[in-house]
Amino acid sequence: MTDHFAGAKTYPVPPTTEERTILGKRAVRLEDPPLVTGRGRYAGDINFPRQLHMRMVRSSLAHGVIKSIDVAEALKLPGVVAIWTNDDINELGPVDFRADRGAEILKPYRQPVLAKGRVRYVGDPIAAVFAEDPYVAEDAAELVEVEIDELPVVVDSWATPGEFEPGRSTEGALLKHSFGDIEAAFKKAHVIVELDLFTGRHSGVPMETRGALGYYDSAKDILELHGAAKVPHRNRETLVKMLGRAPKGLHVHESHVGGGFGIRGELYPEDVLVLVAAMRLGRPIKWIEDRREHLMCANQGREQRHKVRIAADKDGKLLGIDDEIFHDQGAYVRTHGANVANRTMCMMTGGYDIPAYRAVCHYRLTNKTPCATYRAPGRYESTFVRERLMDALADKMGIDRIELRRRNLIGKSQMPYLIEFEEQGVEELLYDSGDYELLLDKGLKAFRWDERKVEIAARRAKGEAVGLGIAIFVEESGRGPSDGAKMSVDATGDMELITGGASLGQGFETSMAQIAAEALGVDYQRITVVHGQTDRIAQGIGAHAARATVLTGGAVNETALKLRAKALEFGSELLQLPVGDLDIVNGVIVKKGAPAGGPSLSLADLAKKLTPGAKLLNGRDPHLAVEAWFNTDHTVFPYGIHFAQVRVDKQTGQTVCESFLIAYDIGRAVNPMLVEGQLVGGAVQGLGGALFEEFAYSETGEPLAVTMVDYLLPTLGEVPKIDVLITEDAPSPMNPLGIKGAGEGGINGVGGAIASAIDDAIGKPGAVVQLPVTPQRMKALLA
Amino acid sequence: MKPAAFVYHAPRTLEAALALLAEVAPQDGRILAGGQSLVPAMAFRLARPTHLVDINGVAGLDRLVLDGGVLSVGALVRHAAFHKADAKFGALGALLADVVHNIAHYPIRTRGTMCGSLAHADPASEWCLTAVTLGAEMVAHSAKGARRIAAADYFQGIMQTALEPDELLAEVRLPLLPEGAKHGFYEFNRRAGDFAIGMALVTYQVKGGKIAEARVGIGGIEGAPRRIAEAEAALNGQAPGKAAFEAAGQATAAVVDPIEDAQTPAAYRRDLAATVVTRALERAAI
Ligand SMILES: Cc1cc2nc3c(=O)[nH]c(=O)nc-3n(C[C@H](O)[C@H](O)[C@H](O)COP(=O)(O)OP(=O)(O)OC[C@H]3O[C@@H](n4cnc5c(N)ncnc54)[C@H](O)[C@@H]3O)c2cc1C
Repeated sequence: MTDHFAGAKTYPVPPTTEERTILGKRAVRLEDPPLVTGRGRYAGDINFPRQLHMRMVRSSLAHGVIKSIDVAEALKLPGVVAIWTNDDINELGPVDFRADRGAEILKPYRQPVLAKGRVRYVGDPIAAVFAEDPYVAEDAAELVEVEIDELPVVVDSWATPGEFEPGRSTEGALLKHSFGDIEAAFKKAHVIVELDLFTGRHSGVPMETRGALGYYDSAKDILELHGAAKVPHRNRETLVKMLGRAPKGLHVHESHVGGGFGIRGELYPEDVLVLVAAMRLGRPIKWIEDRREHLMCANQGREQRHKVRIAADKDGKLLGIDDEIFHDQGAYVRTHGANVANRTMCMMTGGYDIPAYRAVCHYRLTNKTPCATYRAPGRYESTFVRERLMDALADKMGIDRIELRRRNLIGKSQMPYLIEFEEQGVEELLYDSGDYELLLDKGLKAFRWDERKVEIAARRAKGEAVGLGIAIFVEESGRGPSDGAKMSVDATGDMELITGGASLGQGFETSMAQIAAEALGVDYQRITVVHGQTDRIAQGIGAHAARATVLTGGAVNETALKLRAKALEFGSELLQLPVGDLDIVNGVIVKKGAPAGGPSLSLADLAKKLTPGAKLLNGRDPHLAVEAWFNTDHTVFPYGIHFAQVRVDKQTGQTVCESFLIAYDIGRAVNPMLVEGQLVGGAVQGLGGALFEEFAYSETGEPLAVTMVDYLLPTLGEVPKIDVLITEDAPSPMNPLGIKGAGEGGINGVGGAIASAIDDAIGKPGAVVQLPVTPQRMKALLA
Repeated sequence: MKPAAFVYHAPRTLEAALALLAEVAPQDGRILAGGQSLVPAMAFRLARPTHLVDINGVAGLDRLVLDGGVLSVGALVRHAAFHKADAKFGALGALLADVVHNIAHYPIRTRGTMCGSLAHADPASEWCLTAVTLGAEMVAHSAKGARRIAAADYFQGIMQTALEPDELLAEVRLPLLPEGAKHGFYEFNRRAGDFAIGMALVTYQVKGGKIAEARVGIGGIEGAPRRIAEAEAALNGQAPGKAAFEAAGQATAAVVDPIEDAQTPAAYRRDLAATVVTRALERAAI
């Protein structure tokens, strides 16, 4: 190992799945019984006595100055309790960035809880109605009269910037990431390829729309937010600041969550409103977003234009990438600040060894729905751009697409590989481990790349337009700094594991239980995993950026090991055997290698003995319970390759994905079944963004996709069987289990691989410059 | 997405339903059949009927019977009734079974009705295309009496029909296909179950090796489905095969007046018209 790891804590290669008991196995999900029997509790299932229903009055115009808001008629409707405009909540600041995302210069662009003087997108909340039932609330919302003087709209991020407010440009920031001498790289280039690329606006669209319930427990002076997801602890921190409450007086509770994908669970104006209203109106407040609102108001993403060029020497070795990005942030800066733009820039070079790089990003506000992170934020975009460049370069140089990539991959011997950016404050990337070429070879073989080429040639001879595509990418996961967990065993031997993680349906409970069970030596099914409850544990990172398994998993591992040590310490005293001779098997402390019936002590019995006051304690803390932490300064970098085969119907312009393979190195899989689920689900969403899903807007900023009829999520009918090849060739040295994240590896390269395959199918290298590739656009390409 | 308030009625007889309809139609009172178009529209508050006359409990409207050379489909016959081709209905049964699987998704087909589709008259409705292509007859009842309307006179534009607000479409009458008639249906949409961007339904017979009595209907392309006489002329008297099928496609593209939407320019639908007609004819020939 080179000294890139100097100062960082590294770990030896962890055991393989075969050497494990439950970690790494296809354990059945612990969370399913309530979900598959209709006993789940989603936000919509939660009700409080005397609750009021909130309904938002939203802007129907994309940009304008509010002249007047008249609530008189609406207030007369029986059942209406209150209607608020910004005047009623004037003391509340805008919805804040999360603590780690604040860029000072972007602060003026944050979204007020209710529109303040101006509306900036169709759907911008102007007023909130509180009523006895949701029907009356909607009736009343219609009766609120809003007069707006229209202002000119900015719809395209690359158009001349407009005015966000008097004296403030819609270009919020000009961001930059660079390294190496880019001018020199292009000067000495043998070949330069330039592209003008565009990734369309799409988003997560989880099955469960947003929902929030505010409940004020006046006896305890605790304000509760229910229906939270993703980052309960972080949202609590922000809310505490915004509402000026003591931390002990505000708690956030996650229930079942019907998908998040980065967008559900962020803090939105409605979350703040239900809390404030619950206190002021003295009644619980329930808000459930309807689908139309969801498609107009929940975070969107991906929309970027890249004017990009790449330079290579005469052998096809890359010399540099130079990118000018127009990032469409929509109407406001939400909780992520400039995160997506930054992730786009920092991950642009991917798995290639590139000596010079420059990305300049115009971070622009437009009069469309605000944007933020959606699964693989910035990476879906940058992989599309990078892999389009590679295909175009290969074509221009007459080098095979695979061969060109192979020549430029970062080698195994170069690991760990450090990417340092020149700009101050821009985090470096330290690729912790990887054998990219090995995965390429394994992937090509699993996909039968060469055989498929032959099959395709035969079909082309019969007039079909069929092609193959590839996209190689590096993912990031498990950013630090630290996470903790608590674990205890009760007198029956059941265990409780309290984490600050969150579950969006990804199998969090199962994977955490597996990690704990392996470390402790117990049955994972006896572990109850608590998550998303700020009153149970003081800190938590939630579930985002593929962090949960790596970071919370690390904490769970530490905690279970600590619990094991405590159990063995007492076990040793009680069984009169040295700790080194003991093991814990299925919840029972036994003598290693001893036949059945040998000396033993169950954890349940031990827990019974460790009650407060027990003599055995001899000054030590009672209970079979511990708390522990996992710290890391480093992100880990899984990597993957997507392979696609598509058929294009030249007459209708329809692209059909015929087969798809995800090759992905996960370091160590906690549960391959869950990893596959994550990867396949991600790939389906990726296909959506590549071929179907698009939040289109009219010239006046009117959203054109506000129903499921216009926003085309791929269904089973459009998705081929997606194959998965999980490899464990490069466990991470940055954590004891060697694991890397799985959440985003299924989606990252789909846009790039599909574009690559379409070019190949229609025999026009570089043809696809815009996602999604709709039939209508394809016809234009073919014309 | 909660509907505005309305008054709900559930009559048990046709007479009661018609009497109610006569009374509430002037206040935008509407019939509720399968609810698969009306209820979503109400949820969006795009439709705000003040009264709903739910006909699901009306006796006798679920009849699906052969009446001489005609298949009579009552107002409560669901799309799903046609999932399996009924041998009694001959080639028509096979045609309906081919078409029905393109309508929406399974759960929707168990509720939605053929008559509801014809009353709703979406330009991309498969049943509307079927009715026009086969020359169906609509039987409309009101408190004032009953009348029959030929398909050619019935469809009048995007979601516009000859039905009066107080009329209930009690029955649609589809003529059986002649012995040996061929049929072909082709629909193009971006996802399975979506409304068609363009589709074609064709039937013809082969007499002495030549195409005869060709019927070519298109849907989703124009504001309402219609038969394309020019395409039929291009087929009749020709040997079935690539040349004739493509000529019919081209003839269609030449005469259509396509609708446009944000995603789909008119030129795209014009081009698509040729493709769907040709492909429907190819399917018929198999
Ligand atoms: C997701 C989805 C996808 C769909 N895809 C398709 C598709 O691909 N193709 C397609 O054709 N349809 C599609 N539909 C619509 C579906 O087929 C409806 O069932 C049909 O359009 C209307 O039939 P209904 O019985 O549900 O009518 P309703 O929704 O009850 O009524 C529709 C309208 O017709 C009126 N009406 C109903 N019955 C009568 C009658 N007997 N006399 C007079 N007026 C009447 C009602 O007053 C109302 O105005 C889809 C629907 C959904 C929800």
